[in-house]
Amino acid sequence: MPIDLNILIGGAAGQGVHSITTPLAKSLVRAGARVVVVQDYQSRIRGGHIFNLLRVSDAPLAGPREGVDLLVALNQETVTLHLPELSPSGFLIYDADLVKEVPAGVAALGLSLEELLPGTKAGEIAVNAGASGAILGLLDVPVTGLAQMLAESFAAKGEEVAGWNKQAATRGWELAQKFPHPVSLAGLTPPAPPRLLLSGHEAVAMGALMAGLTFISGYPMTPWTSLFNAVAQRSLKYGVVLEQAEDEISAINMAIGASYAGARAMTGTSGGGFCLMTEAVGLATMTETPLVVVVAQRPGPSTGLPTRTSQGDLQFVLWAGQDDGPRAVLAPGSPAQGYALALKAFDLAERYQLPVFILTDQYFADSQHTCRAEDFPARRIPFALDLKPAGGVYERYALTQSGISPRRLPGFGPELVVADSDEHTPDGHLTEDLGVRVQMHDKRLRKLTAMAGEMRGLTTAGDPEAPVVLMCWGSSLGPVSEAVSRLQAEKVAVRMVHLSELWPFPREAVMKALQGAQKLVVAEQNASGQLARLLRQETGLTATQAVRRYDGRPFTPEYILRGLAGVV
Amino acid sequence: MLPLSLYDSIESAWCPGCGNFPMLKAFKQALAELEIRPQDLVVVSAIGQSSKFPHYLKCNTFNGIHGRALPVATGIRLANPGLKVVVTVGDGDQYGEGGNHLLAAFRRNPDLTLVVHNNQIYALTKGQASPTSDQGTKDTLHPQGVPYPPLHPLALAVAQDCSWVGRSFAGMPQHLTEMYKKALTHKGMAFLEVLQPCVSFNKINTYEWYRQRVYEVETRPDYAPGDELWAYRVAKEWGERIPIGVIYLNPRPTLEESFPQLKDGPLAGRLPERPLAELLAEFS
Repeated sequence: MPIDLNILIGGAAGQGVHSITTPLAKSLVRAGARVVVVQDYQSRIRGGHIFNLLRVSDAPLAGPREGVDLLVALNQETVTLHLPELSPSGFLIYDADLVKEVPAGVAALGLSLEELLPGTKAGEIAVNAGASGAILGLLDVPVTGLAQMLAESFAAKGEEVAGWNKQAATRGWELAQKFPHPVSLAGLTPPAPPRLLLSGHEAVAMGALMAGLTFISGYPMTPWTSLFNAVAQRSLKYGVVLEQAEDEISAINMAIGASYAGARAMTGTSGGGFCLMTEAVGLATMTETPLVVVVAQRPGPSTGLPTRTSQGDLQFVLWAGQDDGPRAVLAPGSPAQGYALALKAFDLAERYQLPVFILTDQYFADSQHTCRAEDFPARRIPFALDLKPAGGVYERYALTQSGISPRRLPGFGPELVVADSDEHTPDGHLTEDLGVRVQMHDKRLRKLTAMAGEMRGLTTAGDPEAPVVLMCWGSSLGPVSEAVSRLQAEKVAVRMVHLSELWPFPREAVMKALQGAQKLVVAEQNASGQLARLLRQETGLTATQAVRRYDGRPFTPEYILRGLAGVV
Repeated sequence: MLPLSLYDSIESAWCPGCGNFPMLKAFKQALAELEIRPQDLVVVSAIGQSSKFPHYLKCNTFNGIHGRALPVATGIRLANPGLKVVVTVGDGDQYGEGGNHLLAAFRRNPDLTLVVHNNQIYALTKGQASPTSDQGTKDTLHPQGVPYPPLHPLALAVAQDCSWVGRSFAGMPQHLTEMYKKALTHKGMAFLEVLQPCVSFNKINTYEWYRQRVYEVETRPDYAPGDELWAYRVAKEWGERIPIGVIYLNPRPTLEESFPQLKDGPLAGRLPERPLAELLAEFS
C-alpha cells in the first residue's frame, strides 16, 4: 500500500499557518515525497479560522482527500473543529501556550515556547517552526534541510530571529522523534532538481512567460491575484510591463491597447471583475485583437464567497459580450494543463486574433502539487504577423476565407492600422452599410470553424468500455480521476471523460468518448449543471445523473463517491 | 512642413457647422507643421461624434468603447513608446463615463495628448446634459433643469498634478493650431480641452457665446502657469470670462520612464527568449 498521509494545519489568520505549510511542503518534496497542498481561508486579514491541508504520498497524487492523520493546532478552535476528523491512529501537534484542552486518549505533542527556546525573547510564532520540525521528526525526515530553509527565509529579520527559528525546528524534531509513528518517509529517494511544487496559477504564469508574455494589466481580486502576483515577482527579470489598473475595465482596455500596438498581452480577474470586463470582451472580438483573459472563478452572484472555490462562470464566460463573437475557452485541471493551456491560449489568440479565456478557480489557483519537469515542455509561440511593408493597399479587416485578416502593427511600416469597435469596412472605417455588416460578422465567425479543429483536451481514465461515465471539466480532474480509480480498485466498471478545452466545443471527440455510455454522470461545482447544459446544447446528449458541489469547497474523491451512491 | 493632403481620409458624417470641422483642420495643420507622419501617429477615440475624428484623418486609429480611450492609449504607449499617441474624445465620454480613467491618467502621466471636445452636451444621443452642462440646463431628461453645478475638469487636472493643462476654442483656428502644437510637443500627459459648440443641440453655448467670453490667459499680468495655486484659481474661472491658453505646466517623469523594461525599445513585436531551465528554477 502506498503511503497516504493527510496533515491539517489550522489556526487563526495571521498566526502563520502558511509559514508552517510552505517550508514543510518543500522539505517533504525534497525528501522525495509527492505532495498536494490545499488552502482554505476566509475573507479577513486576521482572526477567524483558516487551514491548509497537506496530503503526502510516495506515489503520484491527483488532489486532496478527506480525513486527517496529523493535526497541527495553533489554537483551541482548531482542536474543536478538526479533532473529530482525526483518524484513530492520528496524531496531534499543538501550541501548548494557546491550546489548553486536549481530550484524553489522543496521541499528542504540545510545544511551548519555553521548551523550544528556553530563555529567549522569541515571539510566539517561533512555535510554528517547532511544529514544522516535529512533523518531520514524526515522519523520519532529516531536519537539516528545513532548518536551513527557515534560517534563510528569516535572515531578513536578523541573525537572532533566523537562529531562533532554526533552533525551534531542530528542538521540535528532537521531541517528536521520541514518539512512534506508523508512517515513515525514511525510505524515499530525494529527487534531483528542479524539485517542483507548483500552484495552478504559478503554472499558468510559467506558461504565459514561456509563451512570450510582455504585458499584463489587472486589478487585485481574489483568487485572480495570485496569478498577477506570480508574474509581478518576475516582471523585471523577464521584461514584462505590469500595470495595476484603476479598475477591471481599465485593465482589459489597457491590455487590448498594448496588444493592438504589438505586445503579447494578458489580463485577468474574478467574478464581479469579469462582469466589468464584458464590454471590452466585445471590443477585443470586434477589433480582432489577440488577448488572453484569465477568469479565476469564485462563488457568486455578486461578491459571493470571495475566498472559496466554484465552477459557476462557465456559461457566463462562454457568452459574455454583445451579439455573437468567436472565442476560445480553456479550463486546466492540473498545473501541467495550466502550463500547456496558457501556451495554447496565447497561440490561439495570436493566430485567430480574438479573446481566449483561461478558466481557473480558487482551488486550482492556490493548491500546490508536486510536478515533474517533463510536465513542462519548452515551446515557442511565434508572432502570426508580418512586419515587412506589404506594398499596395493594406486592409486591416480584409475579407478572407479563413476569417483571419492580415494583422500589422502601428509604426512598423507605411501601412496604417485602423481598428474600430463600430461595424467597419475592410479598411477599418465605421460603416452603416448593412451588407458589409453581414459580411464582416460572417468573416469573424468563420474563425470558429478552423479553431474547432484544434480543440483537443479530452482526458479519459478508467475502463473505456464501462457503461457508467463520469464527466467533468477544469479543476475537478484530480478528485474525479481519483474517485474513478478507487471504484476500479473495487472492480466497479467506470470511466472518466474530462474536458479542458471547452470552446469551440469538441463535439466529435466528446461524442466518441461517450459511446456506449448507459449512465452519464456530470460532476461539476455549480448548482445548475453548466457543463451538462453545454453538452446537451452541443450534442443533444442528456446527463442521467449529476454530482454537484457549490458550498465553496473543492470536490474530494469521497464527495464524488458519496454522490455516486445508488448510481454505481 | 508636410503637405496637409497627407492626412486626408474618408468623408465625415458631422453636422454642417460643427465645431469638430475647425478642430480637424487645425489638428492637420499642427501635424503638418510638426512633420508628424501618419504612420507614426495613433489617434485613439471612444464613442460620440468627437470620437469619429480619427476616421476623418489618415493615421493609425483605435476607435474603442465609451469612456475607455485613455486605458487603450496607455496600453499603446507602454507597448510602443515610439508612437505619438493622441486621445480625442468628448466631454460626456471622458468626464462622465471615463472619469475614473481620467483621474488615473493624471497620476500616471503617460506621454500622450488628451484632447477633450467640450460642447457641454451629449450630441450623439441627441441633446442630454453632460458633466459640463451649466446648472439649470433644460433637456429631455431634465425638464426642470440640471440641479447641480458643472464639473471643473481643468481644476481637477491641476489638483491632480497633470503635467500640462490647456484650453482652446474651436472658433479661433490659429490659437487652436498653436495649442495642438504645444500639447503634441509636451513630454508627459498634455490635457487640452477645446470649447467646441454643438450647433444642433446646444443653443446656449454657441460660437458667439464663447467668443464674447474667452480671453487669452497669457495676456494676464500675473500669468504664472508653473504656480499650482495660480493655475487652480484660473482653471476654476468660468462664466463671464473663460481663460484659454496654457494654464498649468508641471514637468515630471512620465509613466513610460518608470519601466526599466522599456529601456531596450518597444515591447511591440518583441518575442523574448526565456530558457525553460531557468523558468523551472525560478518556480522551483
